[in-house]
Amino acid sequence: MCNDLIIQDLHVSVQGNPIIKGLNLTVKQGEVHALMGPNGSGKSTLAKGLMGHPFYEIDSGEVIFNDVDVLELEPNERAKLGLFLAFQYPTAIPGVSLANFLRIAASAVRSAETNGSENNELIPMREFRKELRAKMTQLGVDDSFARRYLNDGFSGGEMKRAEILQLAMLEPKIAILDETDSGLDIDAVRIVGESVSSLVGPELGVLIITHYPRLLDYIRPQFVHILLDGRIVESGGWELTQVLEAEGYDPMREKYGIAETVQENTI
Amino acid sequence: MQKGDFSKDFVEKIAQDEPQWMRERRLEAYALYESLPMPHTTEDDTWRRTVDMRTQDYWRRTRRHLRGFAVDNYRPTIGQNGDTSVEVPKDSEDAAGVILQLDGQHQHTSLSAELEKQDVYFADLHTALKERDELLRDYFMTKAVTLETTLKSGNIATSNKFDALHGAFWQGGYVLHVPKGIRVEVPLRVYIRLSEEQHADLSHILVIAEENSQVVILEDNLSTNQEAGGLHSGAVEIFAGQNANVTYVQVQNWNRQVWNFASHRAMVSKDAKLCWVTATFGGRLNKLNQAIVLEGNGANAQMLGLAFTDARQHLDVSTAQEHVSPHTFSDLLYRTVLKDRSQTAWGGNIYVYPEANYTDAYQKNDNLLLSERAHADTLPGLEIQAHEVRCTHGATAGKIDTDQVFYLMSRGLSYAQAEKLIVDGFFEPVMERVPMESVREELQEFVSRKLET
Ligand SMILES: Nc1ncnc2c1ncn2[C@@H]1O[C@H](COP(=O)(O)OP(=O)(O)O)[C@@H](O)[C@H]1O
Ligand SMILES: [Mg+2]
Repeated sequence: MCNDLIIQDLHVSVQGNPIIKGLNLTVKQGEVHALMGPNGSGKSTLAKGLMGHPFYEIDSGEVIFNDVDVLELEPNERAKLGLFLAFQYPTAIPGVSLANFLRIAASAVRSAETNGSENNELIPMREFRKELRAKMTQLGVDDSFARRYLNDGFSGGEMKRAEILQLAMLEPKIAILDETDSGLDIDAVRIVGESVSSLVGPELGVLIITHYPRLLDYIRPQFVHILLDGRIVESGGWELTQVLEAEGYDPMREKYGIAETVQENTI
Repeated sequence: MQKGDFSKDFVEKIAQDEPQWMRERRLEAYALYESLPMPHTTEDDTWRRTVDMRTQDYWRRTRRHLRGFAVDNYRPTIGQNGDTSVEVPKDSEDAAGVILQLDGQHQHTSLSAELEKQDVYFADLHTALKERDELLRDYFMTKAVTLETTLKSGNIATSNKFDALHGAFWQGGYVLHVPKGIRVEVPLRVYIRLSEEQHADLSHILVIAEENSQVVILEDNLSTNQEAGGLHSGAVEIFAGQNANVTYVQVQNWNRQVWNFASHRAMVSKDAKLCWVTATFGGRLNKLNQAIVLEGNGANAQMLGLAFTDARQHLDVSTAQEHVSPHTFSDLLYRTVLKDRSQTAWGGNIYVYPEANYTDAYQKNDNLLLSERAHADTLPGLEIQAHEVRCTHGATAGKIDTDQVFYLMSRGLSYAQAEKLIVDGFFEPVMERVPMESVREELQEFVSRKLET
């Protein structure tokens, strides 16, 4: 089985507006890719489209993962295959504790790994608690976190750490991190960056979506891609981040003849 | 057991072994019952939302009647000791006292020796009429649920046809009397069952907790036969005496063929505390009037409601929080989940009397719709006559959130698992205030069953 994520000529639209306009990208298990682009270029649209959000319509293209076209699958089936999305803006689920939710999620994902069938058996409580506590310690997350309602009233930094905790518990093969560094102060970026970098290895491929290269100081990507107006306009190595750092996106927009999209607010 | 119909003759028959005062009260109620028309769903304000609310056309077509309902289709009964072969549920093992009733017939009573020694009285209402004449004469439909509503809150009908029906034909129910200073630590359990086709359950419940006493009652009402159509016309009267602490939990799970009409009212005295949990899962059509009256300074009441409707169930609840005295506190939280084509209407009113300064009153009703075709009406209300008052009220109704479902599914949960988690989370603010783990578990179980069907 091939655990690479292969995106071919993908077109995604939102409410009838084409946002992703023919995107090609392959992320192999064990590789770290960075996808950079200005606000509104379609980064989150790509991420949610890949995970199967119902509001994001796939107009054409293919996304192959584990030898199947995942575009046919429900979001939970994609998760069971080993795809993970750390949300730019995680959704609050009031009344549902992080621990309770994660136990159900981890059980669902793992049962798929072992026998591929729908199985509602939960990981034994003691085993789960032990594992959760270990991962929380590793990520420097407070014990009380587990009892809190999922993303409900979390600060920006807490939300992002909760996303990384989920990543650590669910052990996907490919993880997409959508601006996991945005809205965080320097210290929080460091903690998140070090946490992710500790998870990176031959078993995990990562697509880091980011606006600035800050997070990349902690996780050095082998590949860097620039997204403008729904297309990857350039791909390269680390040096591309240096170009962006120095010049911003404007010269690149000019080069590819793309007008700056006016954003009322960042989505 | 004798079957009858809702006639004056049958009132006489029921009353023949009862004290004269009860016979008179029944006849008085019967006269009122006769004089009142069936509720008019377009003209009676308090019944307007007890019908299908989706189309005006429907109103025009049905005009005055509750569609599909006629009192005469159901049978009141009389009789004494029931069928003793009915088993007392296992979860009553730890209870300090148990009452079991089937089809209006009392089946079983037990009370721990300790409580008996402390003069706690716990008996079916017919036995109580013989053994506690004065107590009943004093309390039975005289102060809380009466034939003429004494509430100021405008959302609960005066002279309710079904309260009158209940007053005339009541059968079954129980009385719990906790004397002054007695603190009962272990819950008492009550099981009220319906099994027979066309049966009318007319249980009357009286809970009287005297000064400085404490008690917890867990009551469930359910159908043992899922097909049998029935009528429940019930009343609950709760008295929390000065500085008493009362917890009353009623879980209603009639089958979907039962028409359910009930008036519940609690009187809360000075410094008394009431925690009142009402959970509704069953019934074809439910019309519930529920009121608390905070009579004494420092009275404190929580009204917690949890409901889950499905299929074509209809649930109409009117609540009133009446603050008569200063320094009183009430907090109402009602949460409802709706599935399929079910409908709910909730109308709440907080009424603060002119003298009731330094009152805190809160009221919140939230509805979660799991289906496009479900419908929730919610109408919070306030009438404040005092000056120094802290009040909030609020209401929400919303469909299950696509982003929440997506977030959970993106972590591997199936739609059903995501929905269940969201529903559990939605009920959590009510659950976390339900005082006992065993009750929470029972409620969880009913919620899960509703989701699975
Ligand atoms: N849920 C949505 N509803 C309406 N428009 C959206 C939605 N999500 C994204 N868009 C639009 O799609 C474009 C790309 O947005 P997004 O993918 O969030 O960009 P990025 O993540 O790169 O900042 C923007 O023009 C944005 O307004
Ligand atoms: Mg984005």
